[in-house]
Amino acid sequence: MKIILKNVSLFHPVQKIDEKEIDILLTDGVISKIGKINPEEISGAKVFDLSNKHIVPGFFDMHVHLREPGREDEETVQSGCNAAANGGFTGIACMPNTEPAIDSAEVVSFIKKQSKDHLVDVEVIGAATLGRKGEYISPMAELYEAGVVGFSDDGVAIKTSGILKRAFEYSKMYNIPIIEHCEDETLSGGAMNEGLNSTMLGLPPIPSVAEELIVIRDILLAEYTGGKIHIAHLSTKKSVEMVREAKRKGISVTSEVTPHHFTLIDDSLKIYDTNFKMNPPLRTKADVDEILLGLKDGTIDCIASDHAPHSAEEKEAEFEHAPNGITGLETQVGLALTELYHKKIITLGQLIEKLSINPRKILNLPVPNFEVGQIANFTILDLTEIFTFDINRSKSKSKNSPFDKRLLTGKALGVINKSKMFYQDEFLNL
Amino acid sequence: MPLSNRHLLGLQGVPKEDIQLILDTASTFREVLERPIKRVPTLQGKTVVNLFYESSTRTRISFELAEKRLSADSINFAVSASSVSKGESFKDTIKNIEAMKVDMVVVRHSAAGTPLYLTKISDANIINAGDGIHEHPTQGLLDMYSIREKLRKIEGLKVCIVGDVAHSRVALSNIYGLKTMGAEVSVCGPSTMIPKNIEDLGVKVIYNIDEAIQENDVLNVLRIQLERKAREYFPSIREYAKYFGITEERLEKNGKDILILHPGPINRGVELSSGVADGLNQIILKQVTNGVAVRMAVLYLLGTLN
Repeated sequence: MKIILKNVSLFHPVQKIDEKEIDILLTDGVISKIGKINPEEISGAKVFDLSNKHIVPGFFDMHVHLREPGREDEETVQSGCNAAANGGFTGIACMPNTEPAIDSAEVVSFIKKQSKDHLVDVEVIGAATLGRKGEYISPMAELYEAGVVGFSDDGVAIKTSGILKRAFEYSKMYNIPIIEHCEDETLSGGAMNEGLNSTMLGLPPIPSVAEELIVIRDILLAEYTGGKIHIAHLSTKKSVEMVREAKRKGISVTSEVTPHHFTLIDDSLKIYDTNFKMNPPLRTKADVDEILLGLKDGTIDCIASDHAPHSAEEKEAEFEHAPNGITGLETQVGLALTELYHKKIITLGQLIEKLSINPRKILNLPVPNFEVGQIANFTILDLTEIFTFDINRSKSKSKNSPFDKRLLTGKALGVINKSKMFYQDEFLNL
Repeated sequence: MPLSNRHLLGLQGVPKEDIQLILDTASTFREVLERPIKRVPTLQGKTVVNLFYESSTRTRISFELAEKRLSADSINFAVSASSVSKGESFKDTIKNIEAMKVDMVVVRHSAAGTPLYLTKISDANIINAGDGIHEHPTQGLLDMYSIREKLRKIEGLKVCIVGDVAHSRVALSNIYGLKTMGAEVSVCGPSTMIPKNIEDLGVKVIYNIDEAIQENDVLNVLRIQLERKAREYFPSIREYAKYFGITEERLEKNGKDILILHPGPINRGVELSSGVADGLNQIILKQVTNGVAVRMAVLYLLGTLN
């Protein structure tokens, strides 16, 4: 099937493409022409008028919890991929804290099989230790062979420095990163950031230093072993500063931030709404300010959602007892455009690097190119559409978002990948 | 003049006029408690549920008595477990109770914020009887009532809250209420038991108990929760008693006539020596009596609002 994308603004920061009012012809999902195309010359082509819309390399979210296997009531590979497509992503990496954990080739194959026919590429992060228990390293060679692109015990940090050192040394053979959830559990265990707000709300606190101690431990061990460390969802001022300093020294460290950590602060907790409960917790304005600096100066490489679906029954508990985490796949692009691009924190080029290019580079995945003969891997954006996010229109099985009814400027309208298109709420085979 | 809010969730943000009204109303009910027939028909026909998700003897009995003396129908609902470990979810429990058409819910829960959550899923007036380490507003009110009764004022007094401030729901309610009423408030305890940024609430932090005694007119001494996690926050009971316990010798040494309050139950020989607990400075049992009057006032004012 032939389709023509008419009058698009084509933008690719790595290929240095920035063209307006251009047309793209796709034949069976493969780019067959970029330039001025007269639809009448191409018989039977379906035409999409994308005037004032941008086409950029397909977005990739490297931090997603799919909940399958184990909690299919909260999310499945299928529903998570639908949410990803709806949010403007052509690829995601799923975290290994499923039941059972992704610590064997069988579980990797199962997830790959579940996602095989979907538009969205699902890459798999394997557990760094067996059962994510922090006692023995996982069968990393076997997992690598099965296709995992990173190792993590996400949900918790790798328990001891000793086992982390071994994980670095072993994973180095395959040049794939360790992705760390940085939290010293002997200091945490609370429900929100430690500060005046936790004191006033009477909620057990999590000090920022609980994150920072593990960030510095990981940086030092990565330097010592020559391993690759990726700091997941960093949330504090000092974490940003330490990553910046480590990069300056040439240590192999990369990092990501979630939209909620650059958008919200712990003042939001005053109503004890469990949709604002996540780990790491929302921090303070000083932390957000440093995160914005880090996004601007490149200390923070990626924006990732930490999409964490939870059932309404579980979230509707007392604040201290409710599980951590919020859904994020469908609000991420809107929040990044609203809070970062439109507020002139970062450029469109930087935004695309953080949402598409860098996560793939960190995980050693090919970056989509705009060339004739390449499979089309696109995200279609409207940079200026103003809309209200409605959680009831989410494709995720769970609805635990603090951003329901939030006004956003800039929206992902659709995606194209694997000879499939998702546009105007419909999947289409190309 | 009615109260400005139909719930009592905490003393944070409660205006001075409301506190004044509750304390004045409590004075009237305090007089009722001295009568041979200690019952008034004020809340006849109203139903109050005492929803206790955490064991409590004193507070529950105090509320129950207050309800009975106002002629309300009261029901006790005590659950030891939280909704997480229980089969029926918290929300379902509330919906069930609500379906029985109750007017007011007095709630005690180990998790902070639960009373606020209740206001969102129930139409009843909600009274917080202690939520986690957040607030315990009726305790704050009865402490203020007791101080006012004894010293004839609150404004301008120097009040120090002594002990495990970080794990106390009494401390925050006292701080908010006393400050609104014009008292100067300080806290004193081991530094591990003073929560972060408490100074930002306009509270002075003192680490030396002798200094606290010398500087203040009133000490509100908190119970050290020996049975709780708080035990990890100081080296030994002996050390706590030695450096933060209030003893007769210590009061004498500082040559100070000081008013001592304690929300009970007392750990004798830990935060208060027996001599002090039974001595002339304390008004601990008066607090208990006043607690009933203050709770009657709160129930009455909220129950007759609609």
